[in-house]
Amino acid sequence: MDVLEILLQASFWAATLRIATPLIFGTLGELICERAGVLNLGIEGIMTIGAMSGWLFVFLGVDLWTGILLAAAIGAGFGLLHGLLTVPLGLSQHVTGIGITLLASSLAYFTYRVLLPDVATPPRIEPFQPMAPDWLLAVPFLGPVAAQQTALTWLALGLVPLLSWVLYRTPLGLALRTCGENPVAAEAQGLDVYVIRIGAVMAGSALMAVGGAFLTLSAFNAFFFEMVSGRGWICIALVVFASWIPWKALLGALLFGAFDAFQVRLQQVVGGAVPYQLFLMLPYVMSILALLVMARRAAYPQALMRPYVKGQR
Amino acid sequence: MRLEPRASTAPWLNVAAPLGAALLALLICALPLALAGADVPEAYRLMLAGSVGTRFALTETLTRAAPLILTGLAAAIAFRARLWNIGAEGQLYLGALAAVAVGTGFVPVPGFLLLPLVVVAGALAGALWMLGPAWLRLRFGVDEVVTTLLSNFIVLLFVGMMLEGPLQDPMSLGWPQSAPILDEASLPKLVERTRLHFGLVLALAAAILTWLGIQRTRFGFELRAVGANPDAARFAGIAERRVMLKVALFSGAMAGLAGVGEVAGLKGYLTQDLSPGYGYAGIVVATLAQLGPVSVVASAIFIAGVFVGADSMSRAIGVSSYIANLIVATALLTMLLAGLVTRYRIRR
Repeated sequence: MDVLEILLQASFWAATLRIATPLIFGTLGELICERAGVLNLGIEGIMTIGAMSGWLFVFLGVDLWTGILLAAAIGAGFGLLHGLLTVPLGLSQHVTGIGITLLASSLAYFTYRVLLPDVATPPRIEPFQPMAPDWLLAVPFLGPVAAQQTALTWLALGLVPLLSWVLYRTPLGLALRTCGENPVAAEAQGLDVYVIRIGAVMAGSALMAVGGAFLTLSAFNAFFFEMVSGRGWICIALVVFASWIPWKALLGALLFGAFDAFQVRLQQVVGGAVPYQLFLMLPYVMSILALLVMARRAAYPQALMRPYVKGQR
Repeated sequence: MRLEPRASTAPWLNVAAPLGAALLALLICALPLALAGADVPEAYRLMLAGSVGTRFALTETLTRAAPLILTGLAAAIAFRARLWNIGAEGQLYLGALAAVAVGTGFVPVPGFLLLPLVVVAGALAGALWMLGPAWLRLRFGVDEVVTTLLSNFIVLLFVGMMLEGPLQDPMSLGWPQSAPILDEASLPKLVERTRLHFGLVLALAAAILTWLGIQRTRFGFELRAVGANPDAARFAGIAERRVMLKVALFSGAMAGLAGVGEVAGLKGYLTQDLSPGYGYAGIVVATLAQLGPVSVVASAIFIAGVFVGADSMSRAIGVSSYIANLIVATALLTMLLAGLVTRYRIRR
């Protein structure tokens, strides 16, 4: 099986989309936070608790979409905490974000262990089923790829143009970007920088949690410890790679997904000749390389990581 | 209502803030404990007894404190220079890996040199690994938070690769673990029939040397200047980059030493679950200590006590020991709030 053969498989492209989905949610979520001027390193933990809580609610009997909404609400709650600590109080966004990650992931693990003290195999739920519109299924090649995707993947793809529209075509988007570029100017326009920044962090964190919930409610059907395994940090790298632009975030997530799907297939080809850990390292190495390539050209939001104090320049 | 910077902080406030933050964290975590069905006062009593109640408990807490002091120093010194090294977990594992590579005779060295070499190799491995993110930051402006975080995953996979490859113990029946460290390369026990080992002395010495280094040397002065105001430091002719590079090396070395202590003093061999997140907990240790090298010792003992106590409480009444991680994470956030109180006063 050579490279071309892999690229022509529908299963390869289907896997690419599946792997990219949580990254799209996470990257767009982080992008919203950073566009408003707040770095959110809570992402890894928020994805973890999103994965756990989404699964837990469905396990306890609510339907899948309610599970997603509840996970998003919990994500927004952690976003509120991060926002309150970093925006009006101006605490270090780095350290607070790490604190949110530690808090959210330990709360997820603690809750899981308390509710299921001695289960050996993680209990399963009935996850989202693949669905696609009939006209898409009829398209050659795209059809088989689309046939394997769940509603959450379509939601992620739909969010990209939606977010672009909000950011660039609505007063809300302009207000949000102004808060991230020049909060003094935003305040001069009569906008409440604190409210907009906290709101952005909450909305972004909700998306991160949905990205986590995708793992337990669509990609897999159970919750495992350490299952987020650095996806949140990869999203942070992808935001820089995307220069804070939604469609480039999608591109980055898809490239990443394609690369990851490719390395899994390459692993099967190369077999035992190369240690499998080398392949598993590649996503992380790729993220660092993506940062390295883009770091110089990146147009950082000017007020990113700068706390705004009312009445002070 | 607004926050107004304090001109000076009363000394008692600097002591009261971390204590208050720790108590507040315990208070907040009473809620999840109660929701988990535990009798909260009894749970905390068991935790206290399990961490300092007996001589054995105390030695267990001090054993846990040793790596936390070192990862706490790693974070404290880096954060002082505003270098966000979140990669102590990975540097710890690399330190352990280097210690095992030298200490199991994989790299041949004469016996009397073995222990010093194990220590040096571990520190060096951590330091060199930190050189990468530091260089990327200083040369290319790549944010070190993300690179150090991502590098933790790379290191863990690399360790797994080594433990299933060249460093695997031939007697381990296929388990990914290293051969035991030779006796000459092991850190001696401090107290017989306990797990307390010489790594604690190493950690304490590192804390004191760091304190001396920060207070009494030119490098320490430059470090404090860069941390307080990078622009002013540059204006004063301090080579900011060189200071940052030294800080990165030192920070990585501390985390590497933590790994050395864990394999050469405690476990005796390397597995992939050597550290229950000591690298990340080091950030909490450093924050609780307000980045002071001597107070790192106190806050490391507190955090170690929480972990040891929670394990013991969990065995007694069956509430998950993840409560310790929850308390530690909460303490980080409450300490950030307490730090505000030391720096600002509230004015109407």
